[in-house]
Amino acid sequence: MGLLDANLLQAIILSVIVASTPLLLAACGELVAERAGVLNLGVEGMMIMGAVCGFAGAHLTGSTLLGTLAGILAGVAMAAVFAALTLGLAVNQVATGLALTIFGLGLSGLIGAGFVGQRITRAPQLFIPVLSDLPFVGPILFGQDAFVYFSIVLVVGIWWFLYSTRPGLVLRAIGDNHASAHALGYPVLRLRAAAVLFGGACAGLAGAYLSLAYTPFFIAGMTAGRGWIALALVVFASWRPGRLAAGAYLFGAVTILQLHAQGAGLGIPPQLMTSLPYLATVIVLIIISRARGTAGSAAPASLGLAFVPDR
Amino acid sequence: MRLVLEPRAERSVAAAIASPLIAVGLTLITMSILFAFLGKNPLNALSVYFLHPLTDSYSLQETAVKATPLVMIAIGLSLCYIANVWNIGAEGQFVIGAIAGSYIAVKTQGTDAGAWVLPAMLVLGALAGALYALIPALCRVRFGASEILVSLMLVYVADLLLDYLVRGPWRDPHGYNFPTTAEFDPVATVPILIEGSRLHIGAMIALVVVAIAWTVLGRTIKGFEIKVVGAAPKAARFAGFDADRLVLFTFAVSGGLAGLAGIIEVAGPVGHLQPGFSPGYGFTAIIVAFLGRLNPVGILIAGLFLALTFIGGEQAQISLKVPLDLTKVFQGILLFFVLACDSLILYRFRLITTRRATDGIA
Repeated sequence: MGLLDANLLQAIILSVIVASTPLLLAACGELVAERAGVLNLGVEGMMIMGAVCGFAGAHLTGSTLLGTLAGILAGVAMAAVFAALTLGLAVNQVATGLALTIFGLGLSGLIGAGFVGQRITRAPQLFIPVLSDLPFVGPILFGQDAFVYFSIVLVVGIWWFLYSTRPGLVLRAIGDNHASAHALGYPVLRLRAAAVLFGGACAGLAGAYLSLAYTPFFIAGMTAGRGWIALALVVFASWRPGRLAAGAYLFGAVTILQLHAQGAGLGIPPQLMTSLPYLATVIVLIIISRARGTAGSAAPASLGLAFVPDR
Repeated sequence: MRLVLEPRAERSVAAAIASPLIAVGLTLITMSILFAFLGKNPLNALSVYFLHPLTDSYSLQETAVKATPLVMIAIGLSLCYIANVWNIGAEGQFVIGAIAGSYIAVKTQGTDAGAWVLPAMLVLGALAGALYALIPALCRVRFGASEILVSLMLVYVADLLLDYLVRGPWRDPHGYNFPTTAEFDPVATVPILIEGSRLHIGAMIALVVVAIAWTVLGRTIKGFEIKVVGAAPKAARFAGFDADRLVLFTFAVSGGLAGLAGIIEVAGPVGHLQPGFSPGYGFTAIIVAFLGRLNPVGILIAGLFLALTFIGGEQAQISLKVPLDLTKVFQGILLFFVLACDSLILYRFRLITTRRATDGIA
């Protein structure tokens, strides 16, 4: 009995990691963009484009790696449109982000129409020799696919970049006060563009993970609001990479637990269980925002504001 | 050489009128290229999209039917956007309004309930939409939570509630297990305007809403308050306007209008409650609001134009065999261009060469 429970627990933890990774990847990119002062609400649109282009790439070339690259490029291309409008033409960031999501959902349906129902081989798990044979923790820590390892590297990398490098410091300065940063001679718009494109790459990668590893097929609208949850996660994390990882795994856990609860047949309507991640997002946003009300906002001060340099 | 934005001293009136037209023109050019990629004759495809629906009376009426919810929702959203608060969950408020109103229709099904049924449904639909919109507004005002994210999350919750109801307690017992309620009774149905068409009273209500919004924004203190809070929050505070109460007000109004549009849609053209009865009106209405430049009359025109794309999209799917998603792509591109062209109103574009720029410094 004890052995059975351990197996079940291991299965749950493995599935939580799988469910959390796309959230973490997308949220990492958005965190960097928002730290530079750009609010990109188009994560959902960039992600679904990453999913469809990633799948198309993998299906046409037979290579998961090329598919992943296609997904990343799709995310970058979408982010480039966003950057051109919000940074080049100083267009409202909220409205442009919404447009990006509407556009991405439509275009992904158009591209994906020919790929629905096709299958590819799932991205392989990389079993690290010896270590992955460890009882219980082996498969969890050392038997994941490359995306999962990369997401961890990404979090650590962003943390190091933001807090231990000079460009990271400049990036944060731009997000907190673009006028001062500009006065000091930092290229505000160029750095913001780089941050937005990085965000697009991460969202595209997250989308590619969905269609290459999470489920090895593509269906329209398969991101199912994950891009929006990633946005909420950045707020949840108070714009800090460490908390971001914790938040992503928390949300992954909620998603998986509701699936297991549905499977267990507790007599709760499945629709209520499916709505749990969305309700949890709302509740978490309330709690976090309320707690912060007393301590002052942690958001970058120039977040979402257009910047037009005076010459 | 680089492109530089220069703020204009005053908003350009000419640019304000020209910008939506330029945006539509650029969108049509982009769409032509897209059609050519899909192997269709661009001119032929564009005429299927935009001209054919205008040539027969059935399509014209259908355009008005589809414009009705778009205009009603967009009017409400425009109030929010003018006040610089972001309700993007109109789709959820639309669905909740439909659900709440349908409650009465389902409960009075087959009884000899009188003429009070439909008015009660409309009132309940609007109330429910307003209350549902007040959730993100309260989260923002009381706790400082992002109204954007909360209102959007509630869209998914509303869709799931709808799914639960029509698969569970409200399912038509004679419906062969299809997830839908029974067809509404005649007393629970929105009256038709022209015999033999689907054009219903809702179109009139939408026009009344446009007129009221035009009056409120242009002629009343409330309208002035909405504009001031959006354009100059500090000045509004000095003037004694309560920004928090305005967030609640604009959300309640936009949610109420979305809810009303929802129940009218279900009790009118659809005739019963079913999952997916909305082809994303709540999201398309965001585009309508911006294309109409947040102006009630502009929104009326923009609503008719986007309704046309729904009709044209359906016709193009049948006659050109292009996917229905093309309509969404089209709507997204349109919003990009609308927003980009809006920049023309606030800024002047100037191309400068690097040499001249350095000359200026020296």
